[in-house]
Amino acid sequence: MGGRRFAPAVGAALLVAAPLVIPDWMRFILALALAKFPAVLGVALFLRGGMVSFGHAMFYAVGAYAVGFSARWLGLRDVAALLPLGVVLGAAAAALVGLVMARYREVFFAMLNLAFSMMLYGALLKLYWVTGGTDGLAAGVPTFFGWAPPREFLRLVLYYATLATTGLAVWVVYRFLASPLGYFLRARGDNEIRIEYSGESVQRVIYVTYVLSGALGGAAGVLAAFVVGHIVPEYAFWVQSGEFVFIALLGGFESVPGPLVGAIAFEFIRAYASKYFPNEWQMVLGVIMLAIILFRPGGLWAIWEALRGRLGPRAGEVQHA
Amino acid sequence: MRDGAPVLETVDLTKTFGMVTAASGVSVRLREGELVGIVGANGSGKTTFLNLVTGYLKPDRGRVLFAGRECTGLPPRDITRLGIARSFQVPQLYTHLTALENLLLALAARADRGVEFWRPLYRAEWVEPALATLERFGLGAYARRPVSDLPEGGRKLLDVALSVALQPRLLLMDEPTSGVSIEEKFPVMDTLMAVVAERGLTTIFVEHDMDVVQRYARRVLAFDTGRVVADGPPDVVLADPEVRRAVLGRA
Repeated sequence: MGGRRFAPAVGAALLVAAPLVIPDWMRFILALALAKFPAVLGVALFLRGGMVSFGHAMFYAVGAYAVGFSARWLGLRDVAALLPLGVVLGAAAAALVGLVMARYREVFFAMLNLAFSMMLYGALLKLYWVTGGTDGLAAGVPTFFGWAPPREFLRLVLYYATLATTGLAVWVVYRFLASPLGYFLRARGDNEIRIEYSGESVQRVIYVTYVLSGALGGAAGVLAAFVVGHIVPEYAFWVQSGEFVFIALLGGFESVPGPLVGAIAFEFIRAYASKYFPNEWQMVLGVIMLAIILFRPGGLWAIWEALRGRLGPRAGEVQHA
Repeated sequence: MRDGAPVLETVDLTKTFGMVTAASGVSVRLREGELVGIVGANGSGKTTFLNLVTGYLKPDRGRVLFAGRECTGLPPRDITRLGIARSFQVPQLYTHLTALENLLLALAARADRGVEFWRPLYRAEWVEPALATLERFGLGAYARRPVSDLPEGGRKLLDVALSVALQPRLLLMDEPTSGVSIEEKFPVMDTLMAVVAERGLTTIFVEHDMDVVQRYARRVLAFDTGRVVADGPPDVVLADPEVRRAVLGRA
């Protein structure tokens, strides 16, 4: 199957070439979609394992505020330094919250995540002398390994930094999914009893996944903070968490490219819907989600696979699930 | 293992659910290499016994010793890692994964966790033995197919294969032929018993079918209302009128 290698190469080439030919406003939307994508990947991991989190925006916010605080107090605004910092802080936050979270499943997992993220949201809102409250924080103009690009190229460089990070995130997630832990995560949705009776700990599987998803969320937060330039408590708001779940479903969480397609589609749908239906744009998103769930629960990626006429067995299963 | 200690020893195991006594003073000793069949009517405490031994249930009273080591109250995960594996009356499988992946995960769980967790699940040192095990259980043709494609007999076999792949010292099988068609019953048991014999596994199997127990067990425990009412060779136990009354409802 040459297409297996060919298609991703074409996709990557398109993403590399796109910012050189599309208008500025589109480049912004594309960059924002790419920035959010790692966070969506983290949420999609849990969807594969049959779990849903409505609170993963908390790690997104951790990454974003790391950028804000660094700019404000440390004068540090280098992407190459802040990305690892965001990843470490996101992972550390997840390592802490995960101690509680790994004990829960189903609706309790979903809502406990929501509860934690809303506590963070509340803190970001109230501690305004630290966080700037609703005014938020400015991200500052980013540098890259100490290099400050000329103003007219800044957006372009940031786009490529985002794209590179996204590529790294994809690679890490692929490695994870191919590893025993990644398989155990999927197996969890089928049968926790057998996992425990094999001598493996389901809690451990969930915990490791949780820390990974926190790291991905932290990376996304750093990128989004620089792309948008401004950090507000809404980064941690439950609507943002819901958006990650929405994007994962829209694109299809059973594959790694699915959430990427979902993130890009989501940002463009939102941009166009709010332009042409300024008061009903949420309704447009709702109708699209309804159509996806009713007709293609595998998401946009499953539609693409069907169009290529090579609907894999996994995508086929999703349709009947 | 301490010298001479039985592989499994339960002392006065007792468990009640409200008014129901599921296990009452169950004391059993099992030596290395024994092949034991457990018989009993529905609700006589056969599965409860397996659940108590493997830590799925905690006893109200009594102890479980494995190879002379106290393991009362340990969770199933720890007991499995000590060397007791079990299969289930309703096969517990990962239905969305292939038969091979099911087996690979058993090997992954058995392997020492640690530095190599980052390597892919499909690694040569696991894939080869996994395929060999599937072949041994007659499931070679299903290796790359999702478990949902397997017939019931195949699922029962795979369920046991996952336990055997853990290389346990004690294998517990809960009704390995239930849900299997009459024609498949003896072939399934033949396969299982051949593997047990090859590996010299100390084995307990719970079974409804007296013919199966008669044919394959070397020792039989009969359960009734949570108690062991008979313990001995199949010929003796299965001919006992009290056992026949308790198990079959007729003498």
